Amino acid sequence: MRLEEAGLVYKTTTEIKGPLLFVEGVRDVAYDEVVRITTPSGEEVLGTVLDVSRDWAMIQVFGETSGMDLNVGVRFTGEALRIPVSDELIGRVFSGSFRPLDGMPRPLSTDMRDVHGGVINPAARDVPSEFIQTGISAIDGMNSLVRGQKLPIFSESGLPHNQLAAQIARQATIPGKEEEFAIVFAAMGIKNEEAEFFREEFEKTGALNKAVMILNLADDPPIERIVTPRIAQTIAEYLAFDLDMHVLTIMTDMTNYAEALRSISIAREEIPTRKGYPGYLYSDLATIYERAGRIVGKKGSVTLMPILTMPGGDITHPVPDLTGYITEGQIILQRELALRGIYPPINVLPSLSRLMKDGIGEKTTRKDHADVSNQLYMAYAEGTRARGLVRIVGLVGLSERERTWLEFADQFEKRFVNQGPYENRTIEQTLNIAWDLLALLPEEDLIRVREAYIKEFHPRYRRAE
Amino acid sequence: MSLRGTIERINGSLVVARFEAEPRIGDLVEVGKLGLMGEIVRLSGEEAFIQCYEATSGLKPGEPVIDTGKPLVAELGPGIMGTILDGVERSETKLWELTGPFITRGARILPLDRSKRWGFEPTVKQGDKVTGGDILGTVQETESFQHRILLPPGVEGTIEQISRGSFTVEEPIGTLKTATGPVELRLMHTWPVRRPRPFKERLPLSIPLVTGQRVIDTFFPVAKGGTASIPGGFGTGKTVMLQQISKWADADVIILIGCGERGNEMADVVAHFPELTDPRSGRRLIERTVIVANVSNMPVSAREASIYLGITLGEYYRDMGYDVAVMADSTSRWAEALRDISGRLEEIPAESGYPAYLSDRIAEIYERAGRVVTLGSGQRVGSLTLLGAVSPPGGDFSEPVTTHTLRYVGTFWALDQELAFRRHFPAINWLRSFSKYLEVASQWWSKYERNWDQVRAVALGLLEEAAEIEETARIIGEKALPDEQRLILLVAEMLREGFLVQSAFHEVDKFCEPEKQAALLKIIVDFYSLAEPLIRHGIPIEKVRELDIVPELMRLKEREGIKPIEEARIEMKRQIERLAKEYEVAPR
Repeated sequence: MRLEEAGLVYKTTTEIKGPLLFVEGVRDVAYDEVVRITTPSGEEVLGTVLDVSRDWAMIQVFGETSGMDLNVGVRFTGEALRIPVSDELIGRVFSGSFRPLDGMPRPLSTDMRDVHGGVINPAARDVPSEFIQTGISAIDGMNSLVRGQKLPIFSESGLPHNQLAAQIARQATIPGKEEEFAIVFAAMGIKNEEAEFFREEFEKTGALNKAVMILNLADDPPIERIVTPRIAQTIAEYLAFDLDMHVLTIMTDMTNYAEALRSISIAREEIPTRKGYPGYLYSDLATIYERAGRIVGKKGSVTLMPILTMPGGDITHPVPDLTGYITEGQIILQRELALRGIYPPINVLPSLSRLMKDGIGEKTTRKDHADVSNQLYMAYAEGTRARGLVRIVGLVGLSERERTWLEFADQFEKRFVNQGPYENRTIEQTLNIAWDLLALLPEEDLIRVREAYIKEFHPRYRRAE
Repeated sequence: MSLRGTIERINGSLVVARFEAEPRIGDLVEVGKLGLMGEIVRLSGEEAFIQCYEATSGLKPGEPVIDTGKPLVAELGPGIMGTILDGVERSETKLWELTGPFITRGARILPLDRSKRWGFEPTVKQGDKVTGGDILGTVQETESFQHRILLPPGVEGTIEQISRGSFTVEEPIGTLKTATGPVELRLMHTWPVRRPRPFKERLPLSIPLVTGQRVIDTFFPVAKGGTASIPGGFGTGKTVMLQQISKWADADVIILIGCGERGNEMADVVAHFPELTDPRSGRRLIERTVIVANVSNMPVSAREASIYLGITLGEYYRDMGYDVAVMADSTSRWAEALRDISGRLEEIPAESGYPAYLSDRIAEIYERAGRVVTLGSGQRVGSLTLLGAVSPPGGDFSEPVTTHTLRYVGTFWALDQELAFRRHFPAINWLRSFSKYLEVASQWWSKYERNWDQVRAVALGLLEEAAEIEETARIIGEKALPDEQRLILLVAEMLREGFLVQSAFHEVDKFCEPEKQAALLKIIVDFYSLAEPLIRHGIPIEKVRELDIVPELMRLKEREGIKPIEEARIEMKRQIERLAKEYEVAPR
């Protein structure tokens, strides 16, 4: 008999407020311990202790509280929220609170892991530096991803972020090595059809056999979303650091997660900061995101790609804003590009990969990579500026130089950023396209590229050879 | 004199306890069966409110709490240099050895190694009268760092005995006769982190901290002992900039505080600093660096402590007579920790949920910077320069942490998203930033360039004018501008690309010595004064732009040393003269 089943059942709930339950007369309750609540209909719902005093406790409920009354049975388990881990999790599908959804039995293991995980000691972290080729030029060329990085996709409703994430999951590889990623997929409040899209994508490419899916969908209890990403990261950590696998965690949509957090905070009557989100949103998101990384002496890695939709396309909204402060860069999708038919509609200018510098260069990609990327940024920025100018003064009002920038920007979007959802470009191809575009510019404007690299890679000199 | 108590309530990092007698605010406590570290932040009736520095999961009401009767202190002595510490001074390398790659709670590690022996060489002898702050002797802590052993502040007397030899930090190295009896001398002492270490007097700030970063040194310098703030939205390059400064600044000691930031960034510093050598001393950079790493997913309250710990360590090295630079990345996370605790204490918030005392706390921190005559006999001078990153939500500089910080700092480096987007790094906006240390810098720079003030003013003037012209150009197009204005745009571009943009990853450009900075700026400004008469005489701007020297001037920063600049100067004159001649002979 499990310890948790021996506990007392309290029927002393005095208040139910939104997702919160207040129970009186409790004894020996620990902060953060798991609570099992039996509803009048006999259903069992999980919760955890948020605040505890000598004789009362406040509980956040990871399920629906509607339908509950003050007679619910509350049982304190004396344990933190833990899940059993083993290699048998691979290929399985679970609910947002770890109920099997695939018709198979509950996984069993003697190895139970706290879903909150530990904190990777900064001294024990290994610097992520292995370049991941995603086959997507805008990412590989200008915002390179490395193993162990956390790189979110900032998107808006209606943009193809799911296609992009699926393409990355499908194509991601380390050039020269034939290792594949195991995928942990966490859905929070997304629509059924979106989850189905991912499942089909994974199935088509055989990725499902190396994926674990944790699904909290739009019609599932919102508060459950608090644990969903934590369960996902617990599994990812286990696969990476116990089983030596390279894991790519995809989480979508983090905005829904943050909203769940906000609703608890509001129910607790905490002082809200921006847009009603609690002051600890940053720290809370960090406890999820920071679990990605590499550890010295361990073979595996956790690479994290959270997807979030920016409400109203506003990048200063607290969720993208605080995410950007924690993650090592961001990939930003833009509606204007999508409207012009560019796929993936990545706006490279505000996009960034902070760990790019460690992953690229002579040993991994090519020595001109960093300079070329910088030059593309500068040229595209000039081009978009010229594009703004055209709207006011017309093409005739532009100087010769500005016209060149403009032409560059158009070509850059059409030939470099734009590619097929099934087109998988090598980094060599990406950089060569980049040089073909840079050749549109006068050579003296290639100020960000070392002269030696111009001589070696500029099409003008290569053709001469 | 430890007090016992029991836990009454647990709410996140806040623990409420009752003690058998009255504890004191600021006392360090051990919480629960695990003995988690915490600090008393408020007393109310019989209840003491404790902010806990470790995660409180699993704590129960009724568990014991012990008040140690001491405040949160830093242990000061040999063994800190080159290490990576958490917010309460535990070595993270040792934590890793002890508990594995994931941090577990309740691990007890004393900050200083108690078993390691250090070779001590006394510099005082029997019968010497000494007072707090005096140097008793030295320990060669790393190959290049000499640790000066200080008599703790507040102690004075006559040396009764002192010996050279090999000691642990706790063993007596000698005894001191004081008015209240003999006192044993040791290599280490402790200091409460929240209390500034005393000094004799503040000195005027008279020397710039040279960082080798052109936009900083030339345009917005910070003085040794001064303060600077770097606000910027995410991706504007705060962290890279602080890392660049910690790599290349001419300080003796660097304290890098990662407060609530990314774990991978800390790993990057730990991995790369040992590989790098200081261009001036040839020393390995890690030998003069202490890292305080309290990353974003560590408990919030320890973030609060980490800033005070870093500054206390800095003051200790300052007291030895060193120039210290402390980098705090990011003070916004520290302020959020304040807010978190304040909220849990149910204090009435002022702006954006921050407590009303936010401004006072920020002031307290920045006031700990300074250039001082240290305690002790003699005129030993040391400095502590404090550079703080600020992470304003949404990149909005009108939020409370940014606005309050600006009231107390001498230099303001405003990071600009637009510049970052076009990969113009460091993305310091030259129109919004300021430095109050220009006079200091001007004197210092005059040894490299007699007319430094003037050259700098002309350059900045051109940049400002260019910004205004660009406003117009945005409406009518550059082509429609008069050539005089287009020349200013060209020169501004040359200043941007050839001077302001500086690659942290370019083998030559990452560090630019002052002499070269002065020469680079001068040559671009001189280009303007040579080209301007040509334009006035009707030579079209296109002809000037086409000169071969233009791209060359923008590439000079990548060339080693001063010589290429001197050569370019001759070439520049030649090309300009040739162009002038061409037009004089050509029929109008």
